[in-house]
Amino acid sequence: MTRMTGRTRRALGVLAAGALIAGLAACANTEEPASSLADAGAEGIDDGSTLTLWTRAPLEKQAKLLVEAYNDSHENQVELTVVPNDDYVAKVGAAAGSGGLPDLFAADIVYVPNWVEQGLFQDISAQIDGLDFKDEINAGHLSAGTLDGKEHVLPFVLDLSMMFWNKELFAEAGLDPEKAPANLQEFADAAKAVQALNKPDTYGTATGLNCGGCLVFTWFPSMWADGEEVLSDDGTESLLASDPAKEMYSVWKDLWDSGAVLPSSKDEAGPTWTAGFTEGKVGLMFYPATLLSSTEFDAGVAGIPGPEGGASTFVGGDGLGISKDSKKAAQAWNFLNWMMSEEAQVGVLAKNNDVVARSDLADNEFSAKDPRLVTINEVAGDGDTPVAINFQQAFNAPNSPWLTLVRNAVLGDGATVDADNDEITAVLSE
Amino acid sequence: MTATLHPPASSPAPPEARGARRPARRRRGRRTHGALAGWLYAAPTALFVLLLFVLPLLLVLQMSGSDWPLLSGNQGPNFPENYQVAVSNRFFMDSVIFTLKYTVLTTVILLALSLGLAMLVQESSRWKGLLRTSILIPSALGLASASLLFYVIYSPIAGPFADLMASWGFTFLGTPDGALWSTIFLIVWRYAGFYMLLMLVGLQGIPDDVYEAARIDGASRWQTFRDVTLPLLRPTLALTTVLCVTGSLLAFEQFYILTKGGPDNSTITIVQLIYSVAFQGPNDLGVAGALSVIVLLALVVINIAQIRAFGKKAED
Repeated sequence: MTRMTGRTRRALGVLAAGALIAGLAACANTEEPASSLADAGAEGIDDGSTLTLWTRAPLEKQAKLLVEAYNDSHENQVELTVVPNDDYVAKVGAAAGSGGLPDLFAADIVYVPNWVEQGLFQDISAQIDGLDFKDEINAGHLSAGTLDGKEHVLPFVLDLSMMFWNKELFAEAGLDPEKAPANLQEFADAAKAVQALNKPDTYGTATGLNCGGCLVFTWFPSMWADGEEVLSDDGTESLLASDPAKEMYSVWKDLWDSGAVLPSSKDEAGPTWTAGFTEGKVGLMFYPATLLSSTEFDAGVAGIPGPEGGASTFVGGDGLGISKDSKKAAQAWNFLNWMMSEEAQVGVLAKNNDVVARSDLADNEFSAKDPRLVTINEVAGDGDTPVAINFQQAFNAPNSPWLTLVRNAVLGDGATVDADNDEITAVLSE
Repeated sequence: MTATLHPPASSPAPPEARGARRPARRRRGRRTHGALAGWLYAAPTALFVLLLFVLPLLLVLQMSGSDWPLLSGNQGPNFPENYQVAVSNRFFMDSVIFTLKYTVLTTVILLALSLGLAMLVQESSRWKGLLRTSILIPSALGLASASLLFYVIYSPIAGPFADLMASWGFTFLGTPDGALWSTIFLIVWRYAGFYMLLMLVGLQGIPDDVYEAARIDGASRWQTFRDVTLPLLRPTLALTTVLCVTGSLLAFEQFYILTKGGPDNSTITIVQLIYSVAFQGPNDLGVAGALSVIVLLALVVINIAQIRAFGKKAED
């Protein structure tokens, strides 16, 4: 083994030397001065540098708007690369291994704790501490990027899960279109009422029963709404076999058995899990708030209720940080600093009906026009972001034990919740 | 089979060898020159083999013995723990069994069908051109593109059978068996033409006088097929079996696109397991490397066994 390693190293050395010579020759004319965070100051440097930024496809719309607005008003220019959702982790991983990460890159907030621990982001505590509105920044996102008291990411785009209902279908089904179902049972009753219309291609509700991420995003809030927790504080134990959790599964099992759930939800792995509602064919569902601006019909919005009532939301979306490989950290901070400004939060995000990441900006000229935005911003304060190092493996991966639990509980006989929950804990504590 | 690949051993000695008998002073210069030229001729191929085969292989071997998380790179040796973690993965046995099951089903169906098709195209004269072309066309499509095409065809929302599926209350990819057979159908559709072509070449290599002799002896069609065609087709059968088995054991794209290992983790192949260990969760290149090495060793063993088996039968 060691002999091979030596040989590989020598061969790799020769290769690397060749690559370096080629690289030097290519760079000789276009070399830009490197900057570090120490040079950044409060606002960072805006000197006409080109910055690279990666994000994943679900946030493309918001990322494009932000980048365009920044490029129009700054000397620095940001080049945006959008990567398909399923390939994002692999692409970041490959780049991290070879030292080729872009200056700025976004990460699904549930992966942020792991990526920060692996050292992919630079420590920007000093800069964040310098922001006079630091306490107003969404706490869930900030804490996901905090390791040993050092902050590494800022909220890029907030994506909240909310209960949306189609007011037209509600009215047809004899339900009050202005009143949100108050608890999970009322949610189920409303779905069955819409189903009972017997309209072709129209269903009570929809979800992604083969999509771990969708289920985390839309079902965890039902637990938080009841004051329950889904994970232990250190993120190594799953609490998803509690009585309220079992009650939640049984409500969904009853919904599924009664035929009030869009049939394709059974195999839905994520790409089209919101399509039925967006097309107006689903009565009500737990749905991402980022799609508010793409939902053209009249939809009601409220927080996700639990079995007992209440309201909560999953504060998802992506955090953005400066990569370990960035040679232009001071310029990158300029983008981050602008991103948190009122100009970006209100002038770009709120204008596009998106959630702002600063609570002091929650009431703004755009939310004043659409009371649903006020609802979303208010529920955001009660929302949560789960933190666990092995989150992807335990919940989001296509073969995750969380998917096994939900599918057994809703599509199967529901007798294996405790054993399946132990399997989640086993993966979380690896 | 292999003997024909090498030039006959008794070929005349190259001019360089004859030149070696010349006086020593001139010989040294010539030999160095000749050796250099030889190295230069071999260099492009050697470089490609080194860069594209030997180095990646060594890298995988090194990875499989190292603690190597995807996001933070090599963290030092971790042998043999990676292999222990690899075989104790909760999907390891399931994926091995599923991969073998898929391989057997695919190989049997594909080879039988492609042999049948080859005989059909060989015999019918009128529609020969049209038949050959239409069977071969799917082979011109990349496997990933073909998988995406079938993903849409099988889709319960966008596919052409959506209404049918809704009224019958089933989906192609919704049950473990449905997903397996739907994928096998895609693979048969995609590869039948390719294997038919190989079989056709084999069939045309069988001389006509053997068939004539069989006919004179009064052999029935079935007897001719069993006692003449099959034995003489053995080299082709060996080639196609090895190709098909190896290809099926390494199945990835079709399942990655069509089923993602679902429903309920029933269609995870071993290569998908490698991919998910590396990129979807544990993000551990060390364990993924260990799994790759295990698969590589298994492939070597299986292929040696297959070649031996076919070689032995040929001697009988």
